[in-house]
Amino acid sequence: MNHVPYLTLLTLLPLTGGALILATRPAQGRTARVAALAVSFLTLALGAVLWAMFDRSRNDMQFVERIAWAPSLGIEYHLGVDGLGFLMVLLSALLVPFALLASSQLENPRLYYALFLFLEAGLFGTFTAQNFIHWFVFWELSLVPAFFLIKIWGGPQRTSAAVQFFVYTMAGSVAMLLAFLALYSATGSFEFSQIATLVRDGRLGPAALPIFLGVFLGFAVKTPLLPFHTWLPDAYAEAPTGVSMILTGAMSKMGVYGFLRILLPIFPDQLRALQTPLLCAAAATIVFSAAAAFAQNDLKRIVAYSSINHLGYCLLGIFAAAQWTDASAVWTNEKAAALNGVMLQMFSHGLTAAALFYFVGLIEQRSGGSRSLNYFGGLRKAAPVFCGLMGITIFASLGLPGLSGFAGEFLIFKGAFALAPWAAAVGTLGLLLTAIFLLTLLQRVFSGPLPEIWRAWPDLTSAQRWTVAPVIALIFVIGVYPRILTDVANPAALTILWSNL
Amino acid sequence: MIAWTIYISLAGAAALLFAPPSNPRLARATALVLALAGLILGIAGAAAIPAGRLTDVVNVPWVPALGIRFHLAADGISVVLILLTGIAAVAGVLFSWNIEERANEFFALYFALIGGVYGVFLSFDLFLLFVFYELAIIPKYFLIVIWGSTRREYGAMKLALYSFGGSALVLIGLIAAYVASGAKTFDLVELAQHSFPASFQTWAFVLVFVGFAVLAGLWPFHTWAPTGHVAAPTAASMLLAGVVMKLGAYGALRVAMTLFPAGLRVWRHEIALLAVVGIVYGALAALAQRDFKFVIGYSSVSHMGFVLLGLMTLKQIGLSGAVLQMFSHGVIAGLLFAVVGRMIYDRVHLRDLDRLRPLQLNKALPFAGATFVLAGAASMGLPGFSGFIAELQVLLGAWQSFPVLAILAGAGIVIGAAYTLRALDTAFFAADTDGPKIEIPRATLAPISLPERLGALTLLAATLVVGLFPNLLLNLIQPALSSPLMRTVWEGGAL
Repeated sequence: MNHVPYLTLLTLLPLTGGALILATRPAQGRTARVAALAVSFLTLALGAVLWAMFDRSRNDMQFVERIAWAPSLGIEYHLGVDGLGFLMVLLSALLVPFALLASSQLENPRLYYALFLFLEAGLFGTFTAQNFIHWFVFWELSLVPAFFLIKIWGGPQRTSAAVQFFVYTMAGSVAMLLAFLALYSATGSFEFSQIATLVRDGRLGPAALPIFLGVFLGFAVKTPLLPFHTWLPDAYAEAPTGVSMILTGAMSKMGVYGFLRILLPIFPDQLRALQTPLLCAAAATIVFSAAAAFAQNDLKRIVAYSSINHLGYCLLGIFAAAQWTDASAVWTNEKAAALNGVMLQMFSHGLTAAALFYFVGLIEQRSGGSRSLNYFGGLRKAAPVFCGLMGITIFASLGLPGLSGFAGEFLIFKGAFALAPWAAAVGTLGLLLTAIFLLTLLQRVFSGPLPEIWRAWPDLTSAQRWTVAPVIALIFVIGVYPRILTDVANPAALTILWSNL
Repeated sequence: MIAWTIYISLAGAAALLFAPPSNPRLARATALVLALAGLILGIAGAAAIPAGRLTDVVNVPWVPALGIRFHLAADGISVVLILLTGIAAVAGVLFSWNIEERANEFFALYFALIGGVYGVFLSFDLFLLFVFYELAIIPKYFLIVIWGSTRREYGAMKLALYSFGGSALVLIGLIAAYVASGAKTFDLVELAQHSFPASFQTWAFVLVFVGFAVLAGLWPFHTWAPTGHVAAPTAASMLLAGVVMKLGAYGALRVAMTLFPAGLRVWRHEIALLAVVGIVYGALAALAQRDFKFVIGYSSVSHMGFVLLGLMTLKQIGLSGAVLQMFSHGVIAGLLFAVVGRMIYDRVHLRDLDRLRPLQLNKALPFAGATFVLAGAASMGLPGFSGFIAELQVLLGAWQSFPVLAILAGAGIVIGAAYTLRALDTAFFAADTDGPKIEIPRATLAPISLPERLGALTLLAATLVVGLFPNLLLNLIQPALSSPLMRTVWEGGAL
C-alpha cells in the first residue's frame, strides 16, 4: 500500500482533461488539440515517474489502491499493476500522444480530442483494475469513445464498421459477464486473484467448461482469434489514422491482456484440456491472416491483417505456456520464455503497428486519399527518409534481429518449440508469410519506376520526422537491449506460472 | 411525514383544477413547486425511515365494519420507489414546460396521477392500495386523450381497458383472499401471516399476479404499452414508462408474491419464461420499428422483463436487482421519451426514423444527441449507469435459478445494444449515408430550452449517481428484503 493514488491520478488525468475540453468549448480547434496534447504528455510524464518508481524485484501488485464500492455485491475499487499491467499502461501512455500528433485537420476537433482522452482513461482502467466489475466498467466504457471515433471521423463505410465493431465486442462482453456472474455465484468474489485461487480448488465442477468458454469468447473477439476476427479489418480500415493507431496499438492488447491476467490464472485446466484446438486456432490465425494480408490491395487492410497475424504469435505463446508439464526448472524456463516473449511482442507490436498505420495514413494523405498498392511505386526516389523510416518499422514488424520485434518472437518460439513443437512449426511458416507480405508492401510502394504523377511526392516534414523519431528510437532500444522490458515482465510471467502449477 | 407526498400531490391537483386556465405560467410554477416538494419529502423519508423495518406512518380505521384501515407504511423498497416517483415527477414537469393549452388541467391530472402512485407505494391496506391504483389509471386516460398525439383515442382506450381488466383480476383475487382468511381485514401484513391453502394460492396467485403484471408489461399482455406510450404526450409517456409500469411490478411483488408464496412457487418457472420472452421479444420488436417512439416503447417491455425475471428468481440478489431495475428503468425510460417526444418531436414533428435520417439531428440539436447517447448507453446496460448494477443482480439471481433463461436474457442485452445503436445512428448521425440530406439551419429550430436541460440533467444525474454509487439504493433495498415480511417471498414458508 502506498499513500499517493498514482494509478487513480493516471486514469483521472485524461478523463478530466477530456471533460474540460468538452466543458470549456475552446473556440479554436487548435486550442483543443494543444490541450489534449498537453494532457497526454503530462500523463506520459506521470507514466515515466512510475517507470522510475516501479520495483522490478517484486512480483506482486504495486501501487495498490483498494476502496469498498458495493460490498454487498463483492464490488471493490481495486487498482494495482504488476509488470504485465505496467507495460500496457506505459504502452498506452506512449501511443496516445503519438496518435494525437498524427491526427490533424478534423471536423469538430473538440469532440475528437475529448473522446480520445476518454479512450485513454478506459485503457488505463482496463489495465489496472483487479476487481472484475471495476475492470468491466472500463472495458465497456472504452468501447463508447472508440465507437464514436470510428463512426464520426471514419471512411465511407464507417457506420457499418463501427456498428459491427460495437455489437461483436458487446456480444463477447455479455458472454463474459454471464460467465463472471456464474463465477461469482460459485466463489462469492469478483476479485481476480481470489477467483483464481478458488477455481483452482475445483469450486466449479462440471460447469467450469461452459464458464471458461464464456470468458474465452469475450477475449477471443477482442484480440481477435480466428474465426472471431471479421469485425477487425473493416474497423481498422475505416477508422481515421489516429484511431487505427490506438485501436491496434493499445486496444487490441486488451484482449491479450485478458488472456494473461484472467484466463491463464483462473482456467489453467480448461486451457490445457482444450490446448490442441486452441493451438490450431492460434496457428490458423497466424497463417490465414498472413495469407489474407498478402491478398489485400488496400494498404490499411494489409496492416490490419498484419495486426491479427502478430497477435496470433502472442496467443501461440500463451496457449503453449498452458501445456501440462512437471514443475522442473527446465520447463518453467521455457514457459517463462514464452510468456516474456508474449509481453515483449505486445509492446513491440503496439509500437510498430501504430507506426505503420501512421505511415499509411501519411501515404493516403499525400496521394489524395488513395491507399491502393497498384497506385504506387518508386517512392524511395521521391521520399528517401519516408522510405527509410517506414522500412525500419516494417523490418521491426517482421522480426529482424536488432529491432524490437525480434526479441519477442524469438522468445515465443523458443518456448513454443519446446512445449508445442508442431504448432510452433506451423507458426514458423507464418513467420515466412509475414516476411513475404510485408516485404511485398515495401517493394510495391517504394521500389520500381516512379510514376510521373508522384514525381513531386513530398518527403516527411521535419515535424513528422520528430513525431515518429521517438518510436523508431524505442524500436532500436528494445531490439538491442530487450532487458529494459523483460526486467519488468519477467516477475509477472513467473507469478502467472507459479499460480499455474 | 412521507405520507405528505400523497396529500400535497392530491391537494395540489385539486387546487390546479381551479386555477385560472388563462395563466399557464402560474400552473407550471405551482407544478414545479409541488413536484420538488414531493421529491424533498421523499429524500427526507429515505433518511428518516429505517430501511429494514416496515414503519407505520398512519394507521387509523377507515371502514371499521369491513376491517378497512387507512394504513400507510414504508420500508426501503417503498422509499426507493417514492424517490423514483419524485424524480420522474420533477423531470416530467420540466419537460411539460411548453404546454400552453389548458395547462392547469394538464397539471391537475398529472398530480392526481402522481398522488395515486405515491399512494400505491405507501399503502399497506389492500383496499386502500387498490383505490390508489385505480386513481392512478383514470388521469392517465385523460392525459392521453386530451393532450396525446398519434391515434390517441385508440392508445388511451387500449391502455384503460388493459389496466381495468388487470385490476378486475386483482380485485377478485383480493376479495377471495379477504373471504378465505376469515380475518375481516385487508391489512397486508396481517393477511400475509395467514397461510392460505395451497390449492387456493395456486389460482389466487395467478389472478393477482397477472392482474398487476399487465401493467408491468408482462408478455403477452404488453401490447397496451407501446401504443399507449406512443399516443401519450411526453410527460405522460415519461410517467407511464417511468412510474406506472412500476405500479404493476410493485403490486406483483408486494401483494401477489407476499400473500401467496406457495402459489408463487407453483408458477414461477412459467412466469420467468414469459419474462424472458418479453426481454427478447421486446428487444427484437424494438429493432424492427420504424417509429422512434415505438422503439423506446418496446425497449420498455424488454427492460421490464428484467424486473419480472428478477422477481421470479426468488433469490435475494435477484429481487434486489428487480427493485433497482424498477428505479433504473424509470429514470432511463423517462430520459429516452423526453428526447424523442419533447426534444425532437415537438420541434420537427416527425418520429419516423426513415424521415429523421436525412435531418442529421446531431448537428441541429447537439444537446439532444448527447443526451440520447448517454441515455442509450445507460439503456443498453453499460457499466457506470444504474441499469448495469440492476441487470447484473437480476442475471446473478437468474443464473442461480434458471441458467438457460439467464443466457437468453443475455442475448436480449446484445439485441438491446443493436436497437439502441440503430436508433441513435438513424436519428442523429446518419450524415454519411448516400440518401438525400436536408440541412436544417440551426436557427429554424427552437434551441433546447433551460427546463429541458435541467430535466435531462436531473435524470442523467440520477442514473449516473446510482450507477457509480449503487450502495445509496442497495442500502435501502437489501435490508428491506431481509425484513420478516419480504423474507417469506424468497425463502418461502409462512411468516
